[in-house]
This record gives sequence, structure tokens and C-alpha cells, in this order.
Amino acid sequence: MARIALDGLRHSYLPQPQRPEDWALKQLDLEWADGGAYALLGPSGCGKTTLLNIISGLVRPSEGRVLFDGVDLTDVPTDKRRIAQVFQFPVVYDTMTVYDNLAFPLRNRGIAEPEIKAKVHEIARMLDLDSALARRAAGLTADGKQKISLGRGLVRSDVNVIMFDEPLTVIDPHLKWQLRSKLKELHQRTRRTMIYVTHDQTEALTFADKVVVMHDGTVVQVGSPVDLFERPQHTFVGHFIGSPGMNVLPCEVHDGTALFAGHRLPVQNPPKQPLNGQRLEIGVRPEFVTLAPEGLPVRIAKVSDGGRYRVVEALHDSQRIKLLVDEDASLPADTAHLRFDPGHTRLYADGWLVS
Amino acid sequence: MGKTENQKAWFFVLPVFVLVAFNALIPLMAVVNYSVQETFGNNVFFFEGLKWFEEVLHSDRFHASLLRQLAFTGTILAIEVPLGVAIALSMPRRGPWVSVCLVLMALPLLIPWNVVGAMWNIFALPDIGLLGRMLNGLGFNYNYTQQPFSAWATLIAMDVWHWTSLVVLLAYAGLSAIPDAYYQAAKIDGASSWAVLRHIQLPKMKRVLTIAILLRFMDSFNIYTEPFVLTGGGPGNTTTLLSIDLVKMALGQFDLGRAAAMSIVYFLIILLLSWIFYAAMTREEGRS
Repeated sequence: MARIALDGLRHSYLPQPQRPEDWALKQLDLEWADGGAYALLGPSGCGKTTLLNIISGLVRPSEGRVLFDGVDLTDVPTDKRRIAQVFQFPVVYDTMTVYDNLAFPLRNRGIAEPEIKAKVHEIARMLDLDSALARRAAGLTADGKQKISLGRGLVRSDVNVIMFDEPLTVIDPHLKWQLRSKLKELHQRTRRTMIYVTHDQTEALTFADKVVVMHDGTVVQVGSPVDLFERPQHTFVGHFIGSPGMNVLPCEVHDGTALFAGHRLPVQNPPKQPLNGQRLEIGVRPEFVTLAPEGLPVRIAKVSDGGRYRVVEALHDSQRIKLLVDEDASLPADTAHLRFDPGHTRLYADGWLVS
Repeated sequence: MGKTENQKAWFFVLPVFVLVAFNALIPLMAVVNYSVQETFGNNVFFFEGLKWFEEVLHSDRFHASLLRQLAFTGTILAIEVPLGVAIALSMPRRGPWVSVCLVLMALPLLIPWNVVGAMWNIFALPDIGLLGRMLNGLGFNYNYTQQPFSAWATLIAMDVWHWTSLVVLLAYAGLSAIPDAYYQAAKIDGASSWAVLRHIQLPKMKRVLTIAILLRFMDSFNIYTEPFVLTGGGPGNTTTLLSIDLVKMALGQFDLGRAAAMSIVYFLIILLLSWIFYAAMTREEGRS
């Protein structure tokens, strides 16, 4: 059990990084509390796996330190770090039985056979693998194999943190849900720190207490699922999380008020000082845009069914604005007016929330 | 029933049948034909039944050649497979040296077989060859044209030099196909490098190694050109392997019936041993 801190981390896979895009991780200071369930969320190629491999010691960072409970482990090899990792594709030792697979990390650490036996049976019961213990691991289905990979991490009592690198990629959809609730259950039972890497927001938001959103080599926000939804710190978070994502509209600021195409839009965070030369945008989620008798005039372009609600795409000139409307609400035929909830309409400068 | 409309398909495989008939079936049937007859030339044949087969199977000469053949194949397999795997394991996995290593490894495979035999013949000559002179200079009594042991050692060294690369390339291909995640998981599980070899690398290489062993078995069992150029089967008959013996009998003595019977027995032995090898090596897969 340990608190993990990343201090001034930067990483590049090139020997002589010059330009900002040479860095896979740009600048990272982050702390993971002991026993937390974290999700690391971001699009493919944003540096999630690099970050994970730095924590596990498979990759040495170009700059910065990795601290476990304040002890610098940057140069300590993987097998001495007391971490476990589950990979995207299930890794099992084909020639061994399920039992031997689970016992393998313990045997390598010289633990006595009776203790191994007790531990393996306990973990097999937790993962519903006890009936398969005598079978050869190669004969199991993908989700069975992924449980073995997970089991090899859980079976060790010395593990500080278990990391999952998109572990459900090769699992059938109907088993994904099962395995995900199993993970959540295991976290509650073992209280180990878990870090779950994914590009799927549903997986991240259902698994984690805290979600770390990454974009282009940096962490853009760390927060609870509610924080990410209600108070996105960056337009990327607003856009990436939520379905459909946040509306981002270009705007100007005059005398402390935001103007979109000449229309005044009150925001929750009016700027305290002038924002000269920055790219200014207004962000508002479709959930907080409503049809109103007066407001921003729009033309209704498209209506699609989203289940319990309908997604309406409205156009102001060529700017597309999405909003959600109840399934049974009546829609005006062609033109309408929109109202933006001032408590959930925010001003962003160069992508970041204006504070 | 109701499959008669598909009979047209036979028409499309006809060319293949014709080709196979010309390059395999007809020559093979000619051999079968010879193996049951006796001829004294002038295209006059007498039917002899299974007489040649009985003679070949009971002949000491055939037994001796077969034994030499088994010893040769067994020895080169025992050297080339572990050596090939060891070389493949020590080759770099990525970087500029990969292509250098691969080209170096492929070189012996590109040399024509009779050139390999001629090269080693000259290389090992005790009086003027680099290897022969050196060994004798170091105090070894080495002469492959006269001593059976020297001849065998040279023959095996030549085959190892020529063909280990094939095992290396196949094993290397097998190793390259192992995803990094396996090595990373093994690191996390605290596995030693021996455990990585035993539980990851060898099992993942099993398929390509099966192919490598089968190919090396069949090729070495059929080997003719290289030993023929190097030693010609000598000194005496000490390096007369099955194919050399067969050619001596067919073309040297013009004993067509006996040679034909021996060809068929030879072919059946290769078929049987290949099947045994294959069955033994793939047995595990069927079980899981």
C-alpha cells in the first residue's frame, strides 16, 4: 500500500527531443492516493500507456521522479516496485495450468507451497476461476485469460497498485459489463490502489472514484465523474466526456460580458482581467441549452433520437449548437430561440477555463 | 445428393492433376514398376514379385547405410536446433543491427549445395586447406580423406555451417512474433530469464521449431550433393549415406530392380519418420 507521486515528469521516446510534439508526456505532476480507484481517460495516443509504463518501471522517464510513499523509485526495476499490470491483450503462460499461472508470481518470489495454495484458492474463488484451476490456461476464453492476468496481480500480498491498460478491449460486449463490475467489487474488497486506462468514457466513469483526463501529453483535469461533467476545466474535457459533447462557441468579450455573434450570453465565470490576444470560447453542455420564447435565434437543422430524449441540432448562421429535448416535447417547425443556463455556461481562454 | 451440379469443378483441377501426374505419379509408378522386375537390358523384363524388397530389407549393406543415415541426421538435429535457437535468442530484437545479422545468417543458405561441398573440400584439405593445415599445425592428426572420424566431423561441421541459419531464421521469426506484453508481464511476475525461456519463448516458438525440425529432418535424410562432393562416401564406405548408396547401386552397378526397391523403402522410411515427428510434436495441441 502506498501513495504514488509523480514529480515533474516528462518523457520523450526520441533521444534529442526539440519541438513540443517530440514529447509523449509534456509536464506532469500528479498524486495518487492510497486505495483509490482511478481511471486514466484520453484518446488513443495521448500518453496514457506511457504514463502507466513509467509508474510500473517498464519505461524510464526522460525527466522527473516517481515516488512511492515519498521514496524515489525512478531507477528501481519493475519486479522490485511491487506493482501489477494487466495488459490490453491477455497474457497467460500457455503451457501451464490455471493454478500454475496464478502461483507463478509467488513461486518466483520464493514463497512456500502451502501458503501459495491457500492464496491461489482464495483468489480463484474471488474471480470464479476455482472450477478451472486444473485446466490448461491456453484453452480458456479471452475473458477467462484476462481474469488470470488480473489474478496474477491480486495473488501477491505485496502489491501497491494494480494497473489496467485497456483490459476489456478483446472481451465480448456482454462479458465486459460483468468483468467491469467484478473489478469494482474487487476494489471494494481489497482496497488496493487501481489505475484503469481507457479511452471509453463509460468504462472510466463507472469504474473510478477519480478520473484523470489526458490530452496530448498533459493532464487536463483530475476530478470525480460529476466534476468532469459539470465543471470541465478544458474544452477538451467538455467535448470528450458526455454524449453528445459540450457545445464550444467562439466568442468575444466586451466590458466583462461575453458576446457570441453579437448576442450577449451571461457566463458563470465572467473574466476579472482583460483576456487580450487569447482564443476565447463559450462552453455549454447540450443538457443546459433550452428552447425559449426569446434568446439566440436559430434554425433547426436536424433532430435525432437519443433514447429518452431527442438531440436537436440547431444552426445560428453556420455555427452548430446541440441541445437535448424531452421525447414528447413539441418542437417548433423551423426557427426557434435558445436560452443558455447562465450557471452552466462558461468562458474558456485558449481552451482552459477562465478563473 | 443433389451435388451433381458441382461436378464441373473437377474440370478446373484437371491441369493440376496433369502436372502432378507428370512430375510425381508417372516417375513414381515407373520406380514401382522397376522394383518388381528384373532386366538384363534390351528392354526385356521378367516379373520378380517382392524379391528385391526382401533382399534390400535383409541386406547388411542397406542396414549399414540406414544406420549411418540415422546417426548423421540425429547428430545434426541435436546440434543445429539448440544452436539455432541460442543464436536467435542472442540476436538483437530491434535497431540497425537486425538487418546486418539477418543478411549474415542468410548467406550460407544462398550458396549452391555443390559449391558448399567444394568449398569445404578445399578448406579442409590436410595439406593445403586453411582448416586442415591449421588443425594439423595445432597437433591434431586430421585427414578427412583417410580417417573415418575426420570425415564425419568435417561432414557434420559442413552441414551445421550450411543449415543452422535456417533454424536461426525460423526461430527468430517465432521470437519476433511474441508481443512485448509477455516480457513485461514476466518482469512484473518476477520471472528469471530461464523462466522466460521455458514458459514464454520456447512455447511460443513451438510451431516454427516444429517446421524447422521437420525440414531439417527431411533435407538431411535426403542429403546427397554435399557429402558426394566432400568425401564421395569415403574413406571406404564410412560416409556412404542412404542417397549415396542408392546412386551407387542405380547408376554405378546399374542394378535397377534393387535400387528401385530401395528407393521405395527409403521413401517410406522418410514418410513414416516425418509422420512420427509431426505427431509427437503436435500431440500437445490436440489435448488442450
